[in-house]
Amino acid sequence: MSVATQDTAVSTGRFTRALIYLTLLLFAVFYLLPLYVMGVNSLKPLAEITGGNMMALPSEWTLDPWRSAWSTAQIGVEPTGLKPYFINSILMVVPAVAISTIIGALNGYVLTKWRFRGDTWVFGLMLFSCFIPFQIVLIPMAVVLGKLGLAGTVPGLILVHVVYGIGFTTLYFRNYYASFPTELVRAAMIDGAGFFRIFWRILLPVSGPIAVVSVIWQFTNIWNDFLFGVSFGGTSQPMTVALNNLVQSSTGVKEYNVHFAGAILAALPTLFVYIVAGRYFVRGLMAGSVKG
Amino acid sequence: MGFLDIRNVTKSYGPVQVLHRIDIAVEEGEFLVLVGPSGCGKSTLLNMIAGLEGITGGEIAIKGRVVNGVHPSKRNIAMVFQSYALYPNMTVGQNMTFGLEMHGVPKPERDRALADVAKLLQIETLLDRKPGQLSGGQRQRVAMGRALVRNPDVFLFDEPLSNLDAKLRVDMRTEIKKLHQKLRTTIVYVTHDQIEALTLSTRIAVMNKGHVQQLGTPKEIYDTPANLFVATFMGSPAMNIVPATVVMENGHPHAAITDADGTPRTLRFSQPNLAQWQGKPILLGIRPEAITDPEGADRKSGNIQPLTNRVAVIEPAGADTFATMAVSGRDAIARMRADASVAPGQTFEFAVNMEKAVAFDPTTEERITT
Repeated sequence: MSVATQDTAVSTGRFTRALIYLTLLLFAVFYLLPLYVMGVNSLKPLAEITGGNMMALPSEWTLDPWRSAWSTAQIGVEPTGLKPYFINSILMVVPAVAISTIIGALNGYVLTKWRFRGDTWVFGLMLFSCFIPFQIVLIPMAVVLGKLGLAGTVPGLILVHVVYGIGFTTLYFRNYYASFPTELVRAAMIDGAGFFRIFWRILLPVSGPIAVVSVIWQFTNIWNDFLFGVSFGGTSQPMTVALNNLVQSSTGVKEYNVHFAGAILAALPTLFVYIVAGRYFVRGLMAGSVKG
Repeated sequence: MGFLDIRNVTKSYGPVQVLHRIDIAVEEGEFLVLVGPSGCGKSTLLNMIAGLEGITGGEIAIKGRVVNGVHPSKRNIAMVFQSYALYPNMTVGQNMTFGLEMHGVPKPERDRALADVAKLLQIETLLDRKPGQLSGGQRQRVAMGRALVRNPDVFLFDEPLSNLDAKLRVDMRTEIKKLHQKLRTTIVYVTHDQIEALTLSTRIAVMNKGHVQQLGTPKEIYDTPANLFVATFMGSPAMNIVPATVVMENGHPHAAITDADGTPRTLRFSQPNLAQWQGKPILLGIRPEAITDPEGADRKSGNIQPLTNRVAVIEPAGADTFATMAVSGRDAIARMRADASVAPGQTFEFAVNMEKAVAFDPTTEERITT
């Protein structure tokens, strides 16, 4: 991929090139500035922030704000730090992403390779779910979760996010599999593979790029979700809600250094997913499957 | 009853009928080619034999067992697809044995079958590669190997050579023919290329608009086409079709035509029965190779007729020289020896092999067989 981009790049003069790099550098600095501010201020004692310059490097380096944010800070009424909520978030995000991606892949497989009467309608309706605002479903969802006995639990949140995510994951996988040669599926049928065997052995191994897209999208959305978390979280609230409770507390001194550390902690997992999964994003696993 | 029986088979999509009462019996070891222009239903018929498309009416039987509604994997067939359809994530070896694995054949047996076929197709060195690392010709071999490993009753080929470049296509055509002569397997082969059909097949079914126009050996199809469609579809350049009238001269039926200058000419028919058509218009069909320079005419033919005509265009094609002329107001092509001395605009005496000429009824477009 990167090789191809270089080949097609327009060759430019040295001066233009320098100008391009300079502009890019300026933008990069501008975008990195908030991260810098968060980083340096999370490593200072509170006094340095309240009495001085936000942009300056710490004169006294400390990890105390991080420790406090992780394990001792006052979240709501309990001095637990963000740790239990972080664990809640992980327990919610991992199954929700996995389940919604798998269901999306199966839906995409059925909608493209096992077409049935009215399949475009079914797909259209699933697509429609991508456009429904969160607020509209809050009350019906609360009723359903209550009836299922899942209100205020991690499984309840998983269910909400899976239901909400299927529309997107189905869209991704359907469009990806639409360009997957149907002759391969037919060949596998003649070879004697059944519905799940074809999915597992033929389609899934080449679904890497789109699975990564789906995982990144779902992970970011579910991890960053606040509304569902605060509405249905109950006693097992996710990280986003805890961070809000930490930062927005109206009593006591505002510990900005702890807040910064907490915010970085909340952002780290999505950052991690982007950096790790992004590498697999561009790998063209389909190369040479049909004719070359 | 044949080895593969297609009896009265029809196919409809809603109200649209795409195959009309197809009846073909294929004997064991036969190489049947389904040929026709795109949209004629040949691939649909092949997919119905494979079980990938449902059968609307009639039945298909393999080895005497009716397979309507039988799952593709249980018909003991193997198919080579136009795109080869090799599984991109598996090695060549895994690709070839996937079918055996799915049918629960134990590993040692699979390996033995793989080794045999790999040797036969000379692809032993490729077994650990992925399809993406193979050239077009190699993929083609692997696709055939995957079919051969299964040792099926019937092989189905869906335009297997159309993705190859011209030279490789000719080579692979010979390979397929060799393979068939060696293994004597039953093959149904779909193509739109009439040369492939003529060279490979033991029998050809020429299809158009969902009907089988003619079913016969390559020689029958080529020499005695059933109708105008078969006559013009098979053969390259296409058969010359010119309007003519049947006239009697010295008690023999002749085709009355006009040359490029409008001068009337007659060519004696070899079929005395055409006398019944005296005075009526017909369409005269003559293959390009039946119109030659006099030295190049078929010496074994009993009926070479001279035709003096003005040459319009000369196309040297290496092995042959093609001359275009006007006959009865239509363009006709003559296939002459490469070094035949003829120039455009020149009046030349051609030799027409009327033994090979055919006549068509202009209204029904059927060949006149009387």
